[in-house]
Amino acid sequence: MIEGAKWRRWVYFHIPLAGFLIWLLFPFYWMMITTVRPDGELYRPWNAPNYTPFWTNNPTFEHIRYLFAETLFATWLWNTMVIALAATAISLVCGVFAGYALSRLKFPFAGSLGTMIFVTYLVPQTLLFIPLADIIRNFRIGDSPWALILTYPTFLIPFCTWLMMGYFKAIPKELEECARIDGASRWQAMIYIILPVAVPGILSAGIFAFTLSWNEFIYALVFLSSPQEKTVPVGVVSELIRGDVFFWGPLMAGALLGSIPVAIAYSFFVEHYVSGLTGSVKG
Amino acid sequence: MARVLLRDLNKHYETFHAVKDVSLEIQDREFVVLVGPSGCGKTTTLRMIAGLEAITSGEILIGDTVVNELPPMDRDIAMVFQNYALYPHMSVRDNMAFGLKMRKFEREEIARRVKIAADILGIESLLHRKPRQLSGGQRQRVALGRAIVRNPQVFLFDEPLSNLDAKLRVQMRVELKKLHERLGTTAVYVTHDQVEAMTLGDRVVVMKDGWVQQVGDPLELYNAPANKFVAGFIGSPGMNFAAVSFQREGDTLLAVNHGLRITVPAPIAARLNGHAGRDATLGIRPEDLHLAGPDDDEGHCFEALVEVIERLGSEILLDVKVGPASMVASVPPTVRTRMRDTIRLALDPERLHFFDAETEVAL
Amino acid sequence: MATTTEAATGTPRTRTRLLEDERWLAFFLLMPTIVLLALFIAYPFMKGILLSVTNTRVGVPGEFVGLAIFEKVWNDGIFREAAWNTIYYTAVTTVFKLALGLWLALLLNRHFRGKAFIRAFILLPFIIPTVLSTFAWKWMFDPTFSVLNWLLREIGVIDQRINWLGDPDLAMGCIIAVNVWRGVPFFAITLLAGLQTISPELHEAAAIDGANARQRFLYVTWPLLLPVTMVVVLFSVIQTFADFQLVYVLTEGGPANATHLFATYAYQIGVRTGLLSEGAAISLAMFPVLFLVVIFQLLYIRRVETR
Repeated sequence: MIEGAKWRRWVYFHIPLAGFLIWLLFPFYWMMITTVRPDGELYRPWNAPNYTPFWTNNPTFEHIRYLFAETLFATWLWNTMVIALAATAISLVCGVFAGYALSRLKFPFAGSLGTMIFVTYLVPQTLLFIPLADIIRNFRIGDSPWALILTYPTFLIPFCTWLMMGYFKAIPKELEECARIDGASRWQAMIYIILPVAVPGILSAGIFAFTLSWNEFIYALVFLSSPQEKTVPVGVVSELIRGDVFFWGPLMAGALLGSIPVAIAYSFFVEHYVSGLTGSVKG
Repeated sequence: MARVLLRDLNKHYETFHAVKDVSLEIQDREFVVLVGPSGCGKTTTLRMIAGLEAITSGEILIGDTVVNELPPMDRDIAMVFQNYALYPHMSVRDNMAFGLKMRKFEREEIARRVKIAADILGIESLLHRKPRQLSGGQRQRVALGRAIVRNPQVFLFDEPLSNLDAKLRVQMRVELKKLHERLGTTAVYVTHDQVEAMTLGDRVVVMKDGWVQQVGDPLELYNAPANKFVAGFIGSPGMNFAAVSFQREGDTLLAVNHGLRITVPAPIAARLNGHAGRDATLGIRPEDLHLAGPDDDEGHCFEALVEVIERLGSEILLDVKVGPASMVASVPPTVRTRMRDTIRLALDPERLHFFDAETEVAL
Repeated sequence: MATTTEAATGTPRTRTRLLEDERWLAFFLLMPTIVLLALFIAYPFMKGILLSVTNTRVGVPGEFVGLAIFEKVWNDGIFREAAWNTIYYTAVTTVFKLALGLWLALLLNRHFRGKAFIRAFILLPFIIPTVLSTFAWKWMFDPTFSVLNWLLREIGVIDQRINWLGDPDLAMGCIIAVNVWRGVPFFAITLLAGLQTISPELHEAAAIDGANARQRFLYVTWPLLLPVTMVVVLFSVIQTFADFQLVYVLTEGGPANATHLFATYAYQIGVRTGLLSEGAAISLAMFPVLFLVVIFQLLYIRRVETR
């Protein structure tokens, strides 16, 4: 890199970067501080003289206790976990298989099928949620985890397929040719040779699919109605608000705790997530 | 071990005819090299033997079985790839054992065979390593080991040495030759490097544009190339060519061009009788040219202008102009000459080649 | 030798034989994907079109009414406002996300300590469930307890409180701000990946040729980054155009329908009010624009790939 004077480094680098960091991370700090702040401090008007927004001397776990004791938050966490894991597993299996077929096998209409899957990758959930809700009702899986476990793969599979195609294309075709000459069938060559080599790609697709299904909102909002069936995002939005009254303490506690599983999953696989993210647009 | 038989083999891709009517009988224990420029169909032919490409028409037999419809796993062959294709997630030991595991060998038998192969190749100490921890030469050995343990009917090699550096390549070439002597397995070897082909092959198959140009042992190809392509392809530096026309002067036949007036020796002239008056291409190898001395017949000498002098130590290559034609002469390192000098070269009349100007077939 | 031959010609495995054929294997591998996508993408799409040419309500099977529903929706003032809002929202956020994301990517493309760490943290707004982080923003925009108001007063910019989400103009600004906040990390990280594929030698060569920093960016970085940028922008446009969560949480389309987007209005009509046909029609109204963007993207990717 070509570097200039020291003050330039501050003006053009340190200060803007710090600004970005504060801007991007402040809401999370705000979530955290609200979670442990007692109600008495929380509801001081913005112009009150003792409004001390950035710190509290009386941290409390009251909001978290309330969340677990008085609401179905634990159930929502469990629901979300089950749905996200199941949808991710289905999507991975389908996406890995489809990606393998589209990138490594020659068959009629391979090109147009690939294009079709790419197009469905770009279909947003909000385009189809109303007719889909009708279909879910007709299939009698409304208001059950199956409604989401079966529909989440529609936006996860195209993504997984797209990502895996990129990974598979980078694996030399000689590997499976050699395996087939070594006595493996096409199927065995895929299972024993290509899939193990593609593990980083599968992890990327998996972690990405997991966060996407954890974050999904509109299908969960429309397809589920009973409080005990809801996922975290929908539960927090619909059940922690009584009429027009916002209970900010429990709300922020819910937002924080609801984010923690994805944050943990993310922190273990940052590199895979990032390569999934960049791979998702490059292909 | 077995013979391999190719009968009228053809491969069409959608718009491209890659392999044309290739017929070849490879004897048991023979080492056959397919050589030619890229796109000549040699690799496609090999891949059809392996079962990796479908056969458009024709037949392939390994042993006495027609294998056209057999998937690669059932053909009992082993193949070494240009990029080695080592399974990156497996140790060297598991790489070598994979083919045996797939064929459901006993655990003890697998261990025994892996050990023997590792001994032969001197890679016992690497068995626990992963491919990425190996050097190029070591990877090459593991790829060979993986083929050896299988004890297959046929070895297939797809340019296995071309990813190695020049020195290692020569060394591995020698080892491959020794290995074949020792194991005696039928081998089909593809390369674009004619030196490799000449040094390794019991027989060499020269291919171009999907056609087989000539099949023969290395010296046959060198001494009696069937056409101009083979003549130019085999040997380094390549054969010199000059367009000539034939003139009859009394009893002698002359090959004439600007600056060239070569007396064609009687035995060759006898073959050329029908071509008098027609155009042809004269071919002479650089090592069959020398500085003209008093013993040389006037009819075999010509003047040449030295353009470039390449001193290789063991010999000197002179790039010369003879009329409009460029030629290379290989002369002893003791020869003293300078650029732009005009020198007199003589050719060895026994080693003259002539090719038809149109069909390029040897005359 | 004997073992080998025996094992190789052992009992024929019919299933495996079938899967040795590339076409059968491909068919088998693609089957689950095709079934799921047909059932939950293609079928709902047909159903959506079917719904929008009938007058179906929840629990009331509709009859064919032709294009009457589309006509009704087209003449609906709120729909037109939602359409205009969506276009405005998409355009403004995309410009800001691209500018800020590119800036952040250029900052991150330098060498400094803790880079991997900072990069990991920067992605948080993108990976945390959007509704949940949007709630944090809603809390910051709270009319009575807003920390932003407090901050602005401390700096001395205001002495009257700002009703961030209660004012129609401000509300759209807030939604845009939150969308940009959420989208910048995505732009920054993907553009950073694009930047890292540009060889530093190109910059050094340009510097030796006498280009200053601005010229190096303009003549080296930007042209080479353009393909990645295009793809990222098109992705983002699709997502933003069809956005739902931000508006749903922050304003639910209010105040006075000032912030409705296609998706939130479709939800309002189709789910809240139960007018399935109208809702489906409003959703489908997004389709032509999305279709054009997708076609453009496909053509662009193809052009880049064949270059």
